[in-house]
Amino acid sequence: MSAVAPGTVIDGFRLGEKIHTGSMATIFRLTGPDGPLPLIMKIPRLGAGERAVNVIGFEVCRTVLGALPQSPHHPTLVAYGDIETTPYLVMEFVDGERLNDWLHRAPMPPEEIARLGSAIAVALHDVHRHDVVHLDLKPTNVMFRPSGEVVLIDFGLARHGHYPDLLAEELRIPLGNWVYMAPEQVLGVRCDPRSDIYALGGMLYELATGRTPFGKPGTVGELRRRLYRDPIPPRSIVPSTPGWLQEIILRCLEVDARQRFSSVEEVAFALSSPARVELTERASRRRRASLWRLALRRMEVSAFEPAPCPPLSLAARIARVVTVAIAPQESNERLREALRAATRNVIAADPHCRIACVTVVPPAATLSGVGDENSATGRHIHQLIELRNWAKPLDLPEERVTCHVLESDKPAAALLDYVTMNEVDHVLLGAPKDASLARRVTGVCAQVAGTAPCTVTVVRPRPEG
Amino acid sequence: MGADRYAFLGDLVGYGADPVAVLELIEGYAANGAVVVLGNHDAAAMGRADEELNRNAMAAVDWTRAQLGKRQRAFLESLPLIVTDDNLLFVHASAAAPEQWIYITGLREAEESLSAGKTTYIFSGHVHSQKLYYTGASGRLLEFLPVPGTPIPAARHRRWLAIVGSAGQPRDRNTAACYLLFDSERERLTFYRVPYDVGATIRKIRAAGLPERVALRLERGT
Repeated sequence: MSAVAPGTVIDGFRLGEKIHTGSMATIFRLTGPDGPLPLIMKIPRLGAGERAVNVIGFEVCRTVLGALPQSPHHPTLVAYGDIETTPYLVMEFVDGERLNDWLHRAPMPPEEIARLGSAIAVALHDVHRHDVVHLDLKPTNVMFRPSGEVVLIDFGLARHGHYPDLLAEELRIPLGNWVYMAPEQVLGVRCDPRSDIYALGGMLYELATGRTPFGKPGTVGELRRRLYRDPIPPRSIVPSTPGWLQEIILRCLEVDARQRFSSVEEVAFALSSPARVELTERASRRRRASLWRLALRRMEVSAFEPAPCPPLSLAARIARVVTVAIAPQESNERLREALRAATRNVIAADPHCRIACVTVVPPAATLSGVGDENSATGRHIHQLIELRNWAKPLDLPEERVTCHVLESDKPAAALLDYVTMNEVDHVLLGAPKDASLARRVTGVCAQVAGTAPCTVTVVRPRPEG
Repeated sequence: MGADRYAFLGDLVGYGADPVAVLELIEGYAANGAVVVLGNHDAAAMGRADEELNRNAMAAVDWTRAQLGKRQRAFLESLPLIVTDDNLLFVHASAAAPEQWIYITGLREAEESLSAGKTTYIFSGHVHSQKLYYTGASGRLLEFLPVPGTPIPAARHRRWLAIVGSAGQPRDRNTAACYLLFDSERERLTFYRVPYDVGATIRKIRAAGLPERVALRLERGT
């Protein structure tokens, strides 16, 4: 791979014009084979004297882009070469301008900044919702398609939450662009989507003021300054900066990720509806924090704990357990349907929860030996099938619904045991038919609602007629 | 599943109510070239003393031993602690000292196993939850909690130690069984979780008179 030049053919791809020579990779247009997409080939700079991060960046890019579903907001990965012999990535050629090309026009009108920023935020959201954090956002990595849509490029430092992080702990010197890097990234945190919000804030700051929020740090010491120093408020550089824009920018640039917008979707929303931005002290700030506050923060910085990364969007990681208790032989179809409707509401509100359907049956009078298809087993299976039938219309994937038949002659106690032992977060159960029953302390419903260590919802269908 | 070959990473018996059926099934796979290694519960069921097992596990092992016939005992006796096949290594616990049943619970144990194993890939059991250890570019070991169903590129220029997780006896409140598929051609590791009829298994365990704790663990998933 040492002597590649226009005209070279690699695995059937014919190289055209060289369009980029960077520190990590060289990029060529491809002139063949003909296909529906214009293509480029990105070849990492490898070999003696090159940085190990180049080859890891190649692997990361391959993993992340390979895992993301096709979208206008990142380049499509078409093919890749063997890492040991011919490493390369063939990707869609994105034709368009980079944010970088427009920086000379800064300070830009606020409305234009909002339009560009919101397009970037929308693209970022598309990446974040797949549990990918870009971690190297900068004006050269943001491209605009002729349609105005943003394409984020260069995923060489990105982190996909579903895959091992090949760059974790590799970084003795913080990896990424030091101008836009979030404070937690400086400390090696690579799993927080709010790091991208910070970088977006940095770019908005630059568009609004013509300056970068922390200059261009040249040493790790200078880079670390952002752990305690706040940027000069944009209004004191460009006085016409509206409060809403300063509010958005400074909130994106908060040192503690928890003080920023919690998701990039919120940034997109704020930028596209300035009138609805809630203004705080940030909006009117005229100067940086005073020197004594700075000194105080500087002392605290050694104790600075980056915010924990938010959980992945995956069901398995954050699953809440919701138990639906259904009486055996519940023949009231209206109540069964009401329970289902209530369960649907819970699912809609929390798309990651797990539903456990539970019923309690009296224990079998006699228990015969193993393998004997006695009536107790038969009944048990029958109840299980009943529960599954009830759950079927919820249309949940198999791993999110479980059905359990508990055997006990004290249904309330059995349910409470189950709820406690399985750390259930929410119980849904049907109201007793007869209202006078509900008042009896001995009622299952009353006992569970009264003593369960979690939220209990009693579901009652509207009376007929 | 699309697997061409199978590997069973030990603890075939000692937790469940069907030890004979399990061993007959796995012996059949072994006859067709499957890799099978010995686990500590298997060793205990053969009468090799292991004071590390707790009281419940010991009671289950005693029960298991009484169920096994000559043929099953002979099969267990024939099982190796480690199987190495080109750049793959299969071991129940640590490749560093397989007979000591060391749990791979952190980077240090994983590093020891990988250094001793000297293969690109190691597949282990013993620890019940799925985990992947891998080397970064500097050679240092890192760890990752796999996402079931997501194929992980696992190129051979790094080293990989996969804890496959257990089929039954979960510790993470998820009753689904664990397995892993390794695609050696495309160098991809995919961890899986698959639900099964836990209720039936629990009923069998209770009916067999095995310690209640064994059944409860399946029911609660911890």
